[in-house]
Amino acid sequence: MKIHIKNGRLIDPKSHLDRKTDIFVAAGKVAAIGEPPPNFSASHEIDANGLVVCPGLVDLSARLREPGYEYRATLESEMEAAIAGGITSLACPPDTDPPLDEPGLVEMLKYRARGLNQAHVFPVGALTQGLLGENLTEMAELSDAGCVAFSHAERPLDNALVMMRAMQYAATFDLPVWLRAQDASLSRIGVAHEGEVATRLGLPGIPTCAETIALSKILRLAEETGARVHICRISSAEGVEMIRQAKKQGLPVTCDVSANHIHLSEMDIGFFDSNCHLIPPLRNLRDRDALKRGLKDGTIDAVCSDHTPVDDDAKLLPFAEAEAGATGLELLLPLVLKWAEESKVPLVDALSRITSRPAAVLGIESGILSPGAAADLCIFAADAYWKIEAKSLKSQGKNTPFLGLEMKGRVKYTLVGGRIVYKANPS
Amino acid sequence: MELPQTRDILEKLAKDIRIDLSDDTILVGIHTGGAWLAEELHRMLSLSTPLGMLDISFYRDDFERIGLHPEVKPSDIPFDVDGADILLVDDVLYTGRTVRAAINEIFDYGRPARIRLAVLVDRGGRELPIEARFTGIKLDLDENRMIDLLRNETGGLELRLRVGN
Amino acid sequence: MQRQINKNGELQHLLTIEGLPAAMLHHILDTAESFVSVTEREVKKVPLLRGKAIFNLFFEPSTRTRTTFEIAAKRLSADVINLNISASSQSKGETLLDTVNNLSAMHADMFIVRHAQSGAAHLIANHVAPEIHVINAGDGRHAHPTQALLDMYTIRHFKRDFHELRVAIIGDIMHSRVARSQIHALTTLGVPEVRVIAPKTLLPKGVEHLGVHPYHDMSKGLKDVDVLLMLRLQNERMQGALLPSAQEYFKYYGLTPEKLALAKPDAIVMHPGPMNRGIEIDSAVADGPQSVILPQVTFGIAVRMAVMSILAGS
Repeated sequence: MKIHIKNGRLIDPKSHLDRKTDIFVAAGKVAAIGEPPPNFSASHEIDANGLVVCPGLVDLSARLREPGYEYRATLESEMEAAIAGGITSLACPPDTDPPLDEPGLVEMLKYRARGLNQAHVFPVGALTQGLLGENLTEMAELSDAGCVAFSHAERPLDNALVMMRAMQYAATFDLPVWLRAQDASLSRIGVAHEGEVATRLGLPGIPTCAETIALSKILRLAEETGARVHICRISSAEGVEMIRQAKKQGLPVTCDVSANHIHLSEMDIGFFDSNCHLIPPLRNLRDRDALKRGLKDGTIDAVCSDHTPVDDDAKLLPFAEAEAGATGLELLLPLVLKWAEESKVPLVDALSRITSRPAAVLGIESGILSPGAAADLCIFAADAYWKIEAKSLKSQGKNTPFLGLEMKGRVKYTLVGGRIVYKANPS
Repeated sequence: MELPQTRDILEKLAKDIRIDLSDDTILVGIHTGGAWLAEELHRMLSLSTPLGMLDISFYRDDFERIGLHPEVKPSDIPFDVDGADILLVDDVLYTGRTVRAAINEIFDYGRPARIRLAVLVDRGGRELPIEARFTGIKLDLDENRMIDLLRNETGGLELRLRVGN
Repeated sequence: MQRQINKNGELQHLLTIEGLPAAMLHHILDTAESFVSVTEREVKKVPLLRGKAIFNLFFEPSTRTRTTFEIAAKRLSADVINLNISASSQSKGETLLDTVNNLSAMHADMFIVRHAQSGAAHLIANHVAPEIHVINAGDGRHAHPTQALLDMYTIRHFKRDFHELRVAIIGDIMHSRVARSQIHALTTLGVPEVRVIAPKTLLPKGVEHLGVHPYHDMSKGLKDVDVLLMLRLQNERMQGALLPSAQEYFKYYGLTPEKLALAKPDAIVMHPGPMNRGIEIDSAVADGPQSVILPQVTFGIAVRMAVMSILAGS
């Protein structure tokens, strides 16, 4: 397929390009920018006038619910949601059922995803067998099968010795370790940030120190073992500061934040809105503002959707009993655009947080638009409003705190490997 | 329409009651206007029996429609209703529903020997078979005209006509 | 989203004291006063809610609260249906909302809900048909509004003016829905000083933001107090690393005559019940002249009659 995308505002964060120009796609790659390559005759033309053309989005955490949780969502529906959200590469966490601790499961997942011919799926393998926090997994084999990193999802890993050994083993093969900073004993019964709102609502709290204590442990062990560590879903001001200091000291640590946490705080729980029951919890306004600043100054490398589709029955329960998580693949772009506008971050920088930087964390070549790069593109209308409602979301998960709101940022086309895999309904 | 002086109507009512009063007659006023009236009559008739007050909010038949009255006052029946000779007092007798509610409430306190009714104004428009034994004045008013008993600036009782409901 | 008060400013549900204006609280207390006089006469019934169906939905067992609501409803001539929904019927797949929907279809007028989870009453209120009223009889640690209202009635009865009082709440504030509702009621009604007295493990983080002064030393906390609101200490607190023993708790936080003497001489002692004698309160105090624990029970019926009447009429 030869595609000529005309008159779009081309933004490539990696090369700091932000210019209204044309882009040409052929044989699955970016053939040229600006002027067509010699003898180029387009089979498709896309008029991108008024639209932004950027690298396809890279999402560091999206639960696809396969294997094991097909009653909540299927690979098909969630992959549809991903490309509707402009996402062309995504990493999925290992907490499937069974967890991704066997090469066979990883291969099956990759095979299924490849068959759909939509976004690229990068499974993150389990750090310990069964995610039970005791024995190591065959990380080298899992890496051969396609795992790009190893994590413990949200399962507890309080045993410092096991964590240290797991990091050492991963470091042996130069494999990254992705960890959440949440001390299990301090967060066992908590469901909301330990503070004013939880006190008023009578909800058991998760103190900030559950994050900082775990983070301190992870960073010390990272230094000790030389492992490449990525911190998932930072949530507190103190946590961001600790990462800032660690980076200053030269530690090879990266971190991400959930798109929900750069906008929401504990106040949004209101009177027990279970769509705001998230892990880590939404903390206070000071924390939220520190996360926004940390994302702006680069302390936080990337924003992810932390996509977690939950069916209605599991959310229509009292707050503490409701299943945690929010749907997010289709909200990643609008939420990042909203942050960019509010924090006065130029689009070329803002988009790096969901393209080139998460690609670097994943260690893949995606998220760039230069000639020769794979043609994974997202074409969107930055100023188009759309309403977040059950019928406008392709994911089977309709559980989001933003339900009912109008957001700016509508994906019009998504291309993966030079093919148009998604085209929005004209409306 | 010109109303006679409220004071004159009151004196006529008191005079009628005085003729047919027994030693044991107990006045029970219905909040709010009936209660003021009962207080005044108790004084004018120099009664030594106790004075009772009824709030009929819990016995009304229009709860579904209008809900609970914003200001419910406690009823006060400081005597034994069993065998009592009660004179129920209200300011205006209209449909008769208020008196029906008052009678039901008195019966929840006990079994009186008899209940008679004294009203300052009988304006007609009855919807239930209820009549007053003692009436200050009979008036024929259209349904869009209301008559209320009010306390004026000097604390005296005064009847006033108005339009509306 | 505060759904308790409808567009006309009327109370549609009673889910929490938070957000109710002082005028509304006084209205409930005034109405309760009329019902107290009803409970003092021979025929303790009024026909106000005749024909109405009131369902007691108790997901958490409680004989005394349920009985009080039942008595209150019957004194209003309403029909009462008691449902004790055990955990097992829930685990058979019927969700909380399924249960509620089934009952709504049986022409319920009012649900009185008690549940072990904070927010349960709000969830139910958000999903019932518009004509159905919900009263929260206690949800997790969050709220127990009728208890707080009867406590305020009791205080008003014995002390008259809220604006002159020093009130102390003593005990496990962290896990107490009663305490949270009391705090909202006291601050809304204009009590100038509300103190909470407990060891640090039993005070929730940020409690000062509710408008109270925390004390860990009971002797200091009780000085010159007019009203003592005692809270029940549950046995479970001795596990989970919150408290070492009932004996140590009683020594430092139990209400004895000596500690009571630090408060004002005419201070009143209250307790929502049931009492753990010898753990949070000494029998001498519980049965003593300053205790108003028994009148609280009578007032509790009148207050619940008032709440049900006001809701049913909106």
